Amino acid sequence: MLHKPAVELEKDESAPRKAKLGIIMFVCYLAVYTGFVVIGVMFPSALGVNTIGGMNLAFTYGMGLIVLAIIMGLVYNYFCTRFENQVGPGDKP
Amino acid sequence: MIYHVSPTAIVVFIFFVLAVLALSFYFARKTKSESGYYAAGGHIHWAVNGIAFAGDYLSAASFLGICGMIAFFGYDGFLYSIGYLAGWVVALFVVAEPLKRLGKYTFTDALDAKFNSRSIKLTAAISTLVVSIFYLIPQMVGAGSLVTPLLGLPHWVGVVMVGSVVIFIVATAGMTSTTYVQFIKGGLLIVFSLIVVILVLTRGLNRTPSAEYHQFITLKATISENKVTAVSDTSYKILGQHEDKDLVFVKLQKNGTPSWWKLNTNAPEPVLEEAPSIVIKKDGGILYNGAPKGTGKFYQVGHLNKVIVDGKEVEKTGAVDPFEYIKRLQDSQITRFTKKSFGFNGDNVTLYYQNITPGVKIMKPGLYYKIDKGATFWSRLDFISLMLALFLGTSALPHILIRYYTVPSQKAARKSTIVAISAIGFFYILTLYMGTGAMINGCLDISNSNMSAPLLARTFGMTLFSIISALAFATILGTVSGLIVAASGAVAHDFMDKFLKIKMGPKEKVRSGRFAAVSVGLIAIILGIIFEKQNVSFLVGLAFAIAASANLPAIFMLLFWKRTTAKGIAWAISVGMLSSLAIILLSPTLFEIYGLPPSRAPIPLQNPGIISIPLGFITIIVASLLTKKHHTAHTAHTAHTVDGETKSTHTIQE
Repeated sequence: MLHKPAVELEKDESAPRKAKLGIIMFVCYLAVYTGFVVIGVMFPSALGVNTIGGMNLAFTYGMGLIVLAIIMGLVYNYFCTRFENQVGPGDKP
Repeated sequence: MIYHVSPTAIVVFIFFVLAVLALSFYFARKTKSESGYYAAGGHIHWAVNGIAFAGDYLSAASFLGICGMIAFFGYDGFLYSIGYLAGWVVALFVVAEPLKRLGKYTFTDALDAKFNSRSIKLTAAISTLVVSIFYLIPQMVGAGSLVTPLLGLPHWVGVVMVGSVVIFIVATAGMTSTTYVQFIKGGLLIVFSLIVVILVLTRGLNRTPSAEYHQFITLKATISENKVTAVSDTSYKILGQHEDKDLVFVKLQKNGTPSWWKLNTNAPEPVLEEAPSIVIKKDGGILYNGAPKGTGKFYQVGHLNKVIVDGKEVEKTGAVDPFEYIKRLQDSQITRFTKKSFGFNGDNVTLYYQNITPGVKIMKPGLYYKIDKGATFWSRLDFISLMLALFLGTSALPHILIRYYTVPSQKAARKSTIVAISAIGFFYILTLYMGTGAMINGCLDISNSNMSAPLLARTFGMTLFSIISALAFATILGTVSGLIVAASGAVAHDFMDKFLKIKMGPKEKVRSGRFAAVSVGLIAIILGIIFEKQNVSFLVGLAFAIAASANLPAIFMLLFWKRTTAKGIAWAISVGMLSSLAIILLSPTLFEIYGLPPSRAPIPLQNPGIISIPLGFITIIVASLLTKKHHTAHTAHTAHTVDGETKSTHTIQE
């Protein structure tokens, strides 16, 4: 027998568009994250270079990754909500 | 002993524990069904669930472990903050909504929704159990670390206390109480951490942490034929010398109290610098700075050697803003304490010698993970491995994934993830300030990095220390509750009900879940005692690596590769889990726990992710391609689930 979710969900017509957007944003973030790891491994001294306001690259990049995650999350939600509104009410939060 | 039991701490602690228990009693009366026990009935509001996500995630590892690691190793600890948060990006963009569509109560339900395969049920249940137990160990270790300063009790008592309270909570109430405990605790943790950070910034950088801070002594040394033969203070008697590569440590004695010192030959003339020590004597007795526990000789450490403002050395900066704080710290010099262990005349000596480190080194990676000077191929690989495991581990953690089933819709799952990312991201920014604050404010217990954040709070008064410690304890209670719900779901729901097909009514299902919770809790208690001395964030890093190796390839390929088969998933989970476990068991850290030299570990990696995660992906691809025919024949009517609803399927008999 198939397992059903805890709550019965309506069919979500916007799911393919949301999944596609999710993958694109995931790849973008992955690229920025990989950049941090690559700099750390290949050019570690670069992380000590001063950037904005005298803060070094390690601080700026690290904080940037955290802030970027929050901003991208909000952007993703904005577009997903638009997709859902375009195809109909969908499931309710 | 640097901990003194405070009545305030005891009152606040008891209040928090009673509040958590009261909440559990309240919700226990409402938990009658399997859906209520495992998924809180699926009716939690997304905002509450988002903060509860944060509560689940900001575990002992985040609060105690990361702050402790930053306090000891600077930016390397902050790497965990970056990686832990980045993992939520994967959860939000890739996993949240599809998993909500597929699942019922557990992560196994979601993986198995398309196939209804016994091998998936079995392997996913085992993987959930293993990951949950690995995640439970650091929580228990953190609990033990907290109870010592709070209540003056030994480490193992803390572990047993947390285990018992949580077993009680989970065995009575399940996911609803866990959610509300996490919601309240997650919110309070962020608010009080913010208060600590504001106080750190207001205090600024000061060369003298407090009037009571220990004044480190330096003695001029006379050296003859590479031996220290005399010191400037003649009241000290030289008892012996230990050499370790370029380092020379000297044992002195004054008024019958032995002490350890490090020889510094880089100064204008050779000097001995005081080094705090813990010595386990031949007869089993333990001396802290030469005296038994309780004499108060084992002082707290961590201070600025030089405070530099605009190129000039100053005594203190006064209040600073968050950016100025980092900039001043980068420019200054910090006295860290580096651990060294060796045998001396039958005694086991562990000492912590002063290591003056420029702020620029503190504020970039390299003090723990060797990626710059002195880096080797393996140390670089370890760094990549950690970052990979943290990035991919979050969205494969069963106790995080089950929280997607407590909300009513996919939209709510997504929104709660965004609330979680915002709350967690904000908290992780605070960890850098709390960790470095602990590093320079003379509050570190050098024998236990996990206590850094609460001890920092204590420098601002006993009330704040009591609240922060009690919150940290509640953090552990909440996280352990969530983990035990996930683990009990794996045993009772996935294994007993779905795999073994044991006939059970709704009440028996809940009862079996509660029984499983008790069993898992007992295992966690034992492991929490064994792993006492490990940094909790490091241990959680291992749990992430196992989760990312065992579960993520299965989740990812199920969602995005239509040729994935049931056997492919089962094989990937097995190979990912076993390979990551094997690498961990053969790692230098585990060799240290076995009592063997870490250098003899056959695999010099601390984190297995770089090997085991790709291995999981390769396995699922190869196994799926090899079993494709079999799968197609049996699942002709299976529809792909990514694009919308899950359709019906045949059972695969394996």
